[in-house]
Amino acid sequence: MPLSTQPPGSGEPFLLAASLDNARHLSSLLRAVHFQDHATCFATANGLRVTVEDAKCIQANAFIQAEIFQEFSVQEESVTFRINLSVLLDCLTIFGTSSLPGASTALRMCYRGYGYPLTLFLEEGGVVTVCKINTQEPDELLDFDFCSTNVVNKIILQSEGLREAFAELDMTSEVLQITMSPDKPYFRLSTFGNAGSAHLDYPRDSDLMEAFHCNRTQTNRYKISLLKPSTKALALSCKVSIRTDAQGFLSLQYMIRNEDGQICFVEYYCCPDEDITEAEL
Amino acid sequence: ASTLCVRLSAPPRQLSLRTVNSSRSAFASFLFAPLFFQLYEAGGASPDRELFRCKVHMKSFLGVFRSLPSLEKTVWKCLILLKARASRLVVQLHCKYGVTKTHNLAFHECERLQAVFDTRRCASTLCAPARVLAEAVIHFPPTLAEVTLGAGPGGKISLRNYVEDETEPSKTMVTELWLAEDEFQTVAVAPGSHITFCLKEFRGLLTFAEASNLPVTIHYDVPGRPVVFTLDDAVLEVHLVLATLSDLESGSQPPPANGVSHLPVPSDDFADDLESYMIAMETSAYEEGSGVPPSPTFPLRTPRPAESDPEEEEEEEGAVPGTPPHKKFRSLFFGSVLMPGGPGPAPTQEVLAEDSDGEY
Repeated sequence: MPLSTQPPGSGEPFLLAASLDNARHLSSLLRAVHFQDHATCFATANGLRVTVEDAKCIQANAFIQAEIFQEFSVQEESVTFRINLSVLLDCLTIFGTSSLPGASTALRMCYRGYGYPLTLFLEEGGVVTVCKINTQEPDELLDFDFCSTNVVNKIILQSEGLREAFAELDMTSEVLQITMSPDKPYFRLSTFGNAGSAHLDYPRDSDLMEAFHCNRTQTNRYKISLLKPSTKALALSCKVSIRTDAQGFLSLQYMIRNEDGQICFVEYYCCPDEDITEAEL
Repeated sequence: ASTLCVRLSAPPRQLSLRTVNSSRSAFASFLFAPLFFQLYEAGGASPDRELFRCKVHMKSFLGVFRSLPSLEKTVWKCLILLKARASRLVVQLHCKYGVTKTHNLAFHECERLQAVFDTRRCASTLCAPARVLAEAVIHFPPTLAEVTLGAGPGGKISLRNYVEDETEPSKTMVTELWLAEDEFQTVAVAPGSHITFCLKEFRGLLTFAEASNLPVTIHYDVPGRPVVFTLDDAVLEVHLVLATLSDLESGSQPPPANGVSHLPVPSDDFADDLESYMIAMETSAYEEGSGVPPSPTFPLRTPRPAESDPEEEEEEEGAVPGTPPHKKFRSLFFGSVLMPGGPGPAPTQEVLAEDSDGEY
């Protein structure tokens, strides 16, 4: 497919140029963080990071490393822009969303720089679509400052065990309460809805538990409406790591294996809910 | 139905789950003997008392058992605890991988809920494997409201969709099927008898009966009297009581010019209810132009507070629970309260149902 790196009639290479044989490798990950219309794209030689935030409380990041792409070149140290994620996803899936084996959309992405649109060339079955999506000033992003030294409690679970639980969360509850402890109940998800309270307990010796490192009993509450979108990432993932720091900030990291068996990551960070009321047990 | 009444009693030692729909035209009860469970511990108290009774929101309770297929695959044990002091009904599901799901459902006080019915007073009885009945009802469209079961010639039993008289014959589809006597385990029916009831609730029962592989016994009497469906097992007894459509002698005939067809003598059974209905009639809008008070399906029920069910206690055996929301059912008692010479509904008021009690 003759999609050249150079823009016609110009000697300058694109600031960001990337090619992907199967656009689904990108679109499925972006869907996992698509809970707001806008996202900030951040590209370095290592790959692409797409960030979505809401209410200054929650941040989701989708990482697609350079190795996933057939071609990935960044002319400066980093390239950042804000873009309408809903539109980007609509374009990436312009040939439809069904995943028939053999039929995949090829993608070429080009960005000239500040003020220029993000240009997408999408091809499937000989049909080419060109999309130009306007870019904006990148937003100031939250820094949750979550490094391993701050982590108080950490567990790694097989996603299979959490998927149903998250999909069936009692949405009449305003909060999702997460308890992590070296003692019983070890790992507990609680909701307090109209029907009453519900608790989901995972013992430390469960087959689902890949790693259990809890040092201190912590109970934190998070706004359930903010965390609910993470269900999409959970559905795609095979493993999830759940970490909390001393302030009760939550980090959820999802390991996602794509159609070709390559590993990508999506992470969610969430602030604890400040309106603390007595937990109903 | 919106609420589930949970009751622990002794004697007999049993757990019962009961519910009634808002129009009081359908009542269901599931009685579990202790042996149904792996463990049954009902606390202390004297042996001849009802131990406990409460009601929970049906939606909340059903929410615990969402997604039956996945439940079957992942849950190996279900524990139900009554925490009276905390006002919580605890349902705990023990799932695979050691996962435990605990639901603490708030419960409320509840009045006794018991429909009074006596299957021995029913003239007709049928018993068939659930599969036979399930395979029969599958032929009716899912949206069909009522179905008529009838005893036909040669011992055959018919099932026909109920079509309102007003519907144009050329625009309706009638589905009728006949079951041979040998498909049933028991056939003891009054010849020529028939009964019309709501299909939706019946389907619900059949789903359960098929899954538990239990035969369904149908007890019915004359149209207008409730039909009782029973599932019986050593450790489980299920009853579904549905109101039935009463017979309409004539279709929609305009009443005679004086607006009153005739005044039957109300039977003793309904004396109290009749009085409250008359009060409702008098106090409601009897202004010019207004004919019938805006009654729900069964006007006698309106004055009573929603949560108590004194009508259940007061009713004699075999009394009709409220009838389904249907214009024909609603008119059941209009004829019986029309007083000669007194104010009455407008002369054009159709009497859609003759009194059904005068005949019997």
